[in-house]
Amino acid sequence: MKEKDIHSELASIRSLMERSSKFLSLSGLSGVLAGIYALIGAFIGHKILNEKYGGLVISDSYTDNSTIYHQLILIAGLILLLSVLSCLLLSVRQAKKKGENYWNPISRRLMSSMAIPLFSGGLFIIILFLRQEYDLIAAACLIFYGLSLISASQYTFSDVKWLGICQVILGLLAALIPESGLLFWVIGFGLLHIIYGTVMHFKYNR
Amino acid sequence: MKTSLEQFDKAFENRIRLQIMSVLLANEHYDFNSLKELLDVTDGNLASHIKALEKEEYILVNKTFIGKKPNTQYSVSEKGRKAFIKHLEALENIIKQQKI
Repeated sequence: MKEKDIHSELASIRSLMERSSKFLSLSGLSGVLAGIYALIGAFIGHKILNEKYGGLVISDSYTDNSTIYHQLILIAGLILLLSVLSCLLLSVRQAKKKGENYWNPISRRLMSSMAIPLFSGGLFIIILFLRQEYDLIAAACLIFYGLSLISASQYTFSDVKWLGICQVILGLLAALIPESGLLFWVIGFGLLHIIYGTVMHFKYNR
Repeated sequence: MKTSLEQFDKAFENRIRLQIMSVLLANEHYDFNSLKELLDVTDGNLASHIKALEKEEYILVNKTFIGKKPNTQYSVSEKGRKAFIKHLEALENIIKQQKI
């Protein structure tokens, strides 16, 4: 066996090990879109709060007004739905472009590892909502979303882990300073997603 | 160089067998159909190579059913893991020796 053959053999083993254990068709563009949805949603939320209270700041003074929270939750839910749909559609497109099957053992493991922290977080947020503990909702969104990214990162690009860690840190800050919860939410879901999506797009999808 | 060649595992001479082992080393388990898609081989081809690796006791087979469909999962055995690592070391040794 020639040295060149061995090198190519080792390279093909390495690429196969990576391809078989990591889902690499995650679309960077969907991150940018999710960030834009979040910014639009936050803007609408800001307007709703502004009309009634003159600011983005959540304070105890109006926690008794639940209709405003219903509107905010509805917006947040819509953003989540749109973001997940864009991520799925664009990743499926990316996988098809590469000639790969998007429904394989790895994408299934990726989804289930993400779903467990995400669903427990969702239930936790619903509980917070029902108990009218509104000031920790933004923090809980960020923390549980960050944890689900960290847990999913073992089945995809390791960059996802860093996005997750940043979200968790922002979530903890939001818990510490609940008055600025929405601001941290905008930084995490809006700004970070756009930065992350742009980096990923140019690093891998080009 | 003679010693390195002796370390070469006959079971891994075939490229597809080496690829099957690579996938199983990187994953806890993998099923037949996904393996077939990933390696882009035919049913019969994959089955014969899997049988060869099974005979060497390099892989473990776990047959279950999802509804009425058979779902066969493969995983690497301890013996297979050692043999694969030894094979990679042999490949590395050849590169090292040729550099000297």
